[in-house]
Formats: sequence, structure tokens, C-alpha cells
Amino acid sequence: MSFSFLLGKLLRFVLTVWAATTLVFILLRMTGDPVAAMVPSDAPQVVIDQYRERFGLGEPLFIQYLSYLRGILAGDFGISFRTGGSAWDMVAPRIGPTLMLTGLSLLLALVVGIPAGMFAAVHRGKLLDRFVMGFSVFGFAMPNFFLGILLILLFTLSLRVLPAGGFDGPSSLIMPVITMGMATAGSYARMTRSAVLEVLSSPFMRTAKANGVPPLRRMTHHVARAVLVPLVTLAGFSVGSMIAGAVVIETVFAWPGVGRLLVTSVTDRDLAVVQLVVILAAATMALSNMLVDLLYGWLDPRIGTSRRSGGA
Amino acid sequence: MRRLNLGVAIPAAMLVLVVAFALLGDYLTPHHYSASNLLSRNLPPIFAGGSWDYPLGTDGLGRDLLARLVFGTRLSIGLALVGTVISAVLGTVLGLLSARSGKLVGGLILGVIDLQAAVPFIIIALAIVAIFGNSLTLFVVVLGLYGWESYARLVRGGALSAHTLPFVEAARTIGVSKMTIDRRHILPTVFNIVIVQATLNFPQTILLETGLSFLGLGIQPPLTSLGQLLGEGRDSLARAWWLAVIPGSLIFITTLAISLLGDALRDRLDPTLRRS
Repeated sequence: MSFSFLLGKLLRFVLTVWAATTLVFILLRMTGDPVAAMVPSDAPQVVIDQYRERFGLGEPLFIQYLSYLRGILAGDFGISFRTGGSAWDMVAPRIGPTLMLTGLSLLLALVVGIPAGMFAAVHRGKLLDRFVMGFSVFGFAMPNFFLGILLILLFTLSLRVLPAGGFDGPSSLIMPVITMGMATAGSYARMTRSAVLEVLSSPFMRTAKANGVPPLRRMTHHVARAVLVPLVTLAGFSVGSMIAGAVVIETVFAWPGVGRLLVTSVTDRDLAVVQLVVILAAATMALSNMLVDLLYGWLDPRIGTSRRSGGA
Repeated sequence: MRRLNLGVAIPAAMLVLVVAFALLGDYLTPHHYSASNLLSRNLPPIFAGGSWDYPLGTDGLGRDLLARLVFGTRLSIGLALVGTVISAVLGTVLGLLSARSGKLVGGLILGVIDLQAAVPFIIIALAIVAIFGNSLTLFVVVLGLYGWESYARLVRGGALSAHTLPFVEAARTIGVSKMTIDRRHILPTVFNIVIVQATLNFPQTILLETGLSFLGLGIQPPLTSLGQLLGEGRDSLARAWWLAVIPGSLIFITTLAISLLGDALRDRLDPTLRRS
């Protein structure tokens, strides 16, 4: 992996976050007067002027943009309209729970989805394959908010074994993680299946078979290695869908994470918090894209050297 | 061959039923979807001991669930259809434009594509709602913005390779305008790509609309959509589970039917899959 490859990926990361930040700024200013959007319409003029002062709205647009960027670089994301405290202080304690939820869901999806996809590919066309593919279509079409509600109905209201929501103890994790993990597991199974099928029909697999390599060893040593690259792509892609899932699933299960905070902040039009969450989401996705690119270079050394290394 | 037909027939029948329900459902019930009757609140559906006056029961305001379902289905499918068409047209036009333009315009379009793909769309949608407030027009715009970048990227790829085809070069040589080349020669070659992508985008748009409405940030009362009904039903889950389960099942059945039909259509239209 060359140095310029690394630098290019890093540059791309910085550019993406900067572009998202700028977009938020433009959107905010497109409303004309963000203070008018934030403050109730019957607020006294003194309050409005005070807000305007605080946001530096008297300045020219470009100066506003620069001071906005400078503030973000210094970690100042503005003041929550709802609490009066800094937006960062509202978001920060919720990052942990969201990471816990998405991390465990990703783990569940990997543990269930990849073996299921491999089995389906090996037993292509058989009952097991049909079952796995049916499950994957189910996961694609099932709205996560409805699946969550069905789980609450079954496990909380009928069987009375799990809490409906909130965040007390490991038992609160079970339903949100299943809801988020199952849909992802379905898409993993589907992608793994097609990747494995492609590898299975490749010449080196025929050679391995002809050389008498036993079936299990063929799966663990030949197939598993070859499907790593498409799977890394998939894991990178699913970061986005997991962020999206967190917004809905955290709301369904009253999970104290960033996603639920975003929904309540949008309802209250607490723009400083919304803006920070958007920037965070963009940064997380850009970071995961960068990691995926770097993993590529590591898994498949051809990528980091021969292909274009300029990035961005 | 017989199995393939069954794989199309069942989802097609499901979809026809849902659409017929949305269009003709008004004949099933005399009640208006937003008319509340305080004397008939929280009535159970027939299967839980209700009467035929309200076959699916009523909600906490005494509104007929059947009438609300009919209207909600109509709005959910209609909005998703409009959203899909807008994003398909927008994405196709921008994709064609980026393929034939120079570095500046082409690069700019690619940049916007990357930017939209850089953040999960539901976050963009929520930010737009937070900044501009909530209105039906804005909500349609949001649904129309969903997924255009996938069309644009695919169309751009198809168009770039179509531009090198001999008959396109020939047309260019004899001085046919860019507009005409795009319309007569490029568009037909990328049309299948757009249709295939639309079958993927349509169920996703339904899920986006119902999801946002479920969160209370999409369709607003007195209008209602399947997602909004599910969100309302969630509050009375312990007392009347059907208020949430019936709208939720309708969303699931609709997206499932469209996804299965889309799969079948993709197998037929996608030349790379046709071989296997």
C-alpha cells in the first residue's frame, strides 16, 4: 500500500465531511433567516435580536460561513434551542448506546448472514437455499418499524418476557438488535450466496477439486478468502443502512441513542442538534468508506498499487 | 417454466388486490376516513366480536379503520409512485447530461451524486423537514429526491458506453444535435437500466414514506397514510393490536409483492443475468 494511496483516501474523507458540512450550512441559510425558523413566531423582538447576534447573522454570508467552519473545527456545534446547552453535550452521551446497538446488530448479521449465504450457495436450488433466499426477500420487504412492533407484541405484551423499550440491562438489547440485525443478515446472506456461487464456478476451484482438496477445506481456504473482498464492500455499504435503521428502531424501542435524539430534535426543530447529527452521520460513513478502501488494499494488494491512487 | 409463472402470478395477484383495495375500497364502507364518531370509539373488529357497521373496528376517535386503510393505502402507493417517477426522471436527465458534458458540468453532477450518497437519505430527509417545516409539497419533493443518484450513476455508465457505439458516432458526424442523440439513440439503450432501478426504488420509496409518516414527520393529520396509521396504532398496542398490525401488514404485503415482481422483471430485462 503506497503512501499516496493512503493520502488520497484521507483527502477523500476530509472532502466528504467538508462537503456535507457546507451543504448543511447552505440548507440552513436557504430558509432565509434561520432564527425565524428556530424561534416561535410570537417571540419578542429582543429575543430574536439576541439570537441573531449570537449566530452572527449581521455579517456577510462568506464571513458567516468561515466562522461556522471555524466553530466546527474548534468543536463548537452551536447551542441547542431546546435545552440552551451546547448541541455537542446533548449528542455525546447518546453515541455510546447507538454504537452498542449497531455494533451488536452488525455482529449478529455477520454471524447469521454469511454462513447462511454459504450454505445456500453450496446447496443451490435445494430447500435450504429456498429458505435462505425467502428469508432474505422477507428482510428486504419487511419495514423495520413494523418488525419491531410485532416483536413487542409477541415478547412484551403476550409472553411478557422482555421490556418494551428503554435501556436497562442486557434484556433491553435483544429486540432492537434482532430487529436491526435480521434485515441486514438477509442482505448479507443474499450477497454471500452470489459471491460464493461466482467463486465456485471459477477455474481455481475446479483445479482444487481435481487435486482432491476435501470439500470443507475448499470452503474455508479457497472460497472464504475469495469472497472477503465483496463482503468487505457489503459491510461498508451496510453502515449507511444501519445509521438509517437506528433512526427508526431507536424510536420504536425508546433507545437513548443518537437516532431517537434526531427524531425528537426534528420534531422540535432544534436545528443545532440536527446539523450536528447530519455531520456525524456523514463523518461516520466517510470513515467507514475509508476503512473499506484501506481493507481492500490490504486484502488484495493489486488494488493499492496498480490502480489510480489519487483518490477524491 | 411453470414455476416461473407461479412466482410472478402470486405477487401480481397480491399487488392487484392491494391496488383494487386502494382504488375501489370506498365501496366497502360508508364512512369517511377522517370522520370521527365519539359514540363509537374503540370498537373491536369482527374477528374480536365487533359488528358489520365497522368491519375492522374504530380507533380512539371513533374513526372507521377500514375507511382509513383505504385512504392510507391510496396515499402511500400514490406518493411512492410520484416519488419514483420524479427521481427516475431527475436521475436519468442528470445522468445523460453528465455523460455528454465536459469536465466542469459532468464533474459537478458527479460531485452532487457523491454528496447525496455520502449521507443516509433518511437523515437528509429529516434535516430537510427540520429546516423547512412540514408540508405535503415538501414531502413529495423529499420522496422525489430519494434515490435519483442511483439512476444518475447507472444511466451515466450506460450512456458513456452508448456514446462510443458506431451509430451514435455516425449521428454525431452528420451533425445531429446533442439533444436528439440523447433522446433518439442514448435513452433507448439505457431505458432498461432505468426500469430495473425503478423496481428497486419503488418499494424503498414506500418504506421511506411509511417510515417518515410512522415517526410523525411525514404525512400529517387529517391526511393519513399506512405509516401514519401504524404510528397511531402503536400507541394502543396493548388494547387494540389490530390498529397497528393491519396497516403494518398492508405495507409489508405491498412492498413484498412489488419486490418479487421486480425480481422477476429484472431477470427478464437484465442482460447480464439472462445467461445464467
